Amino acid sequence: MKLNRRLFLGTGIAASALLTAPTVWGQAKPKVVVIGGGAGGATAARYLAKDSDGALEVTLVEANPIYTTCFFSNLYLGGFREFESLQHGYDKLAGGGVTVINDMATAVDRAAKTVTLASGAVLPYDRLVLSPGIDFKDGSVAGWSADTHAEIMPHAYKAGPQTQLLKKMVEEMPEGGTFAMVAPPNPYRCPPGPYERISMVAHVLKERNPTAKILVLDPKDKYSKQALFEEGWQKHYDGMVDWIGPDFGGNAVEVRPDTMEVVIDGEVQKVDVCNVIPGQMAGKIAALAGVTDDSGWAPVDPASMKSKADENVWVLGDSSAQGDMPKSGFSANSQAKVAAMTIRGELTGSKTFPAKYSNTCWSLIAPEDGVKVGASYEPTPEKIASVESFISNTGEDAALRKATFEESLGWYAGITADMFG
Amino acid sequence: MTGAALRLAFVLAFAASPVLAEEIGDAERGASLFSQQCKACHQIGEGAVNRVGPQLNGVFGRRAGSTADFTYSKSMARMGADGLTWTLETLGAYIENPKALVSGTRMSYRGMKDPEDRAAVMAFLRDWSDKPRDIPEAEPTALKTDPDLSPEILAIKGDPDYGEYLASECQTCHQADGSDQGIPSVTGWPPEDFVVAMHAYKQKLRPHPVMQMMAGRLNEEAIAALAAYFATLE
Repeated sequence: MKLNRRLFLGTGIAASALLTAPTVWGQAKPKVVVIGGGAGGATAARYLAKDSDGALEVTLVEANPIYTTCFFSNLYLGGFREFESLQHGYDKLAGGGVTVINDMATAVDRAAKTVTLASGAVLPYDRLVLSPGIDFKDGSVAGWSADTHAEIMPHAYKAGPQTQLLKKMVEEMPEGGTFAMVAPPNPYRCPPGPYERISMVAHVLKERNPTAKILVLDPKDKYSKQALFEEGWQKHYDGMVDWIGPDFGGNAVEVRPDTMEVVIDGEVQKVDVCNVIPGQMAGKIAALAGVTDDSGWAPVDPASMKSKADENVWVLGDSSAQGDMPKSGFSANSQAKVAAMTIRGELTGSKTFPAKYSNTCWSLIAPEDGVKVGASYEPTPEKIASVESFISNTGEDAALRKATFEESLGWYAGITADMFG
Repeated sequence: MTGAALRLAFVLAFAASPVLAEEIGDAERGASLFSQQCKACHQIGEGAVNRVGPQLNGVFGRRAGSTADFTYSKSMARMGADGLTWTLETLGAYIENPKALVSGTRMSYRGMKDPEDRAAVMAFLRDWSDKPRDIPEAEPTALKTDPDLSPEILAIKGDPDYGEYLASECQTCHQADGSDQGIPSVTGWPPEDFVVAMHAYKQKLRPHPVMQMMAGRLNEEAIAALAAYFATLE
């Protein structure tokens, strides 16, 4: 506890959590530090603390005291959720034996096995879990940089004020105006996310501004749940959505935030709202820790989610390069359980079992018109490989779509309870 | 007249007599609806015992959440403590939309919207409240949804440690405390019902794509382990 007390005196952060931590185990307890309090990190921290029953000292480092889920943030854009319903605190995790530190990790020294925080505090670890989500690749969209243009052309791809900003822009769009989305190249967080967002924007515009138009500029020639979205757009928002793939210049887009223009293969188009979802890479701390490769993502062992670069480091969720699993909250949550099990096995000698992974992504196309796609996965020597999959069918009846939507509400309640306690 | 026809005649004669059951609805149709929509979880009739849901003999006049040896959701227990008693009116409302009446109920049932259907089911239920011996067994009209499992499979003792790990996958959607906010509770099920349900998904007798996929890769030991673990959760 000497370390914790010094840390507390030095920074004043998370004082109550540290002071109330049990001292009887002293420094004999193995330490696990988890960076990032989203679907991967919060789940890993919770399961490590819960299942080790006090045998591990688990510390969660997360910059935001209140976490806003990216999943379901499109439903907020569409007016189906309150913003507050996306927000979750860490008090139950703290109550469940996790030391929660609201700070930013700025460096990892893998040789010394320490993490440095923005406050200057240094946390030693026996095992480190990195689950920092995504960062944006500067220069992936010509004319746009996250630092200078996100207030004019929001990405809204990390949920929070950006999501609120985009919603306001959509609602205040001039009558008959144009909403443009620059869709991201693969791989990126939440494959159906941009297209669910188009559906939600279309829903809002149909209600408030029915002569408005939506342009999707896409560098990909196909995308997740494409047949389902296309069917839904035609059914609910006929003529409103114009998808421009690479054959028609969707891969050669420049944006001009100063004049609110997009240039599609040389042709200038005036727009009223522009949602730029840029190319993505692992959260910055993964690169700073030196566990990413040239792709910008962090390769992991498929059987454990352990970094291929360091046997004491795990990488979860969006930041990891693991194979077939999509970058999603569900995937990160699934991977976190394998990570927690393997870490406990190494540090406490608890029983370990073969890794199993799964994912399901629900999307809302219109009120009570929900669809889903999912798969189960298992490790092979090369990658996490898809075993079996399913997807909603086109032409499903309204009752089934409504049931699917209601199921997604149950999933949100379930996964957030599983993450945050 | 055959035996079955005689029995039917008796039932019809009985139903035509001026008793309350006749006034509520068509009990025979209610028996069929019960088989289709309720029987997977609820037993009724001679020898009925609690399964996924409580047994329903004598449900009318019973205090909600009061069946012996059944673990209710906190919400249902609270409603019972607050005085909810099952009458034609309260049970009708519950069957119409369970969550509208008891918001945290574990009963994963979408509700029966047609008033005539509800009346039929309640007529059937009421028969089992007043005079169970006079009513014939419900005909097994429902589609087959339960697999035939050997006693060996049902007898497998699950490893709760393994079950705990496997259950972490379930708990992304199914909440550990049994709350049902759109995805059914699997907490506190009798292990045998759990095993039967999972094998039913595995054999694709039950129709949910996520559950078919999840169950599809669980072997008999894994299913037994999950059943053992979920039975211990409260």
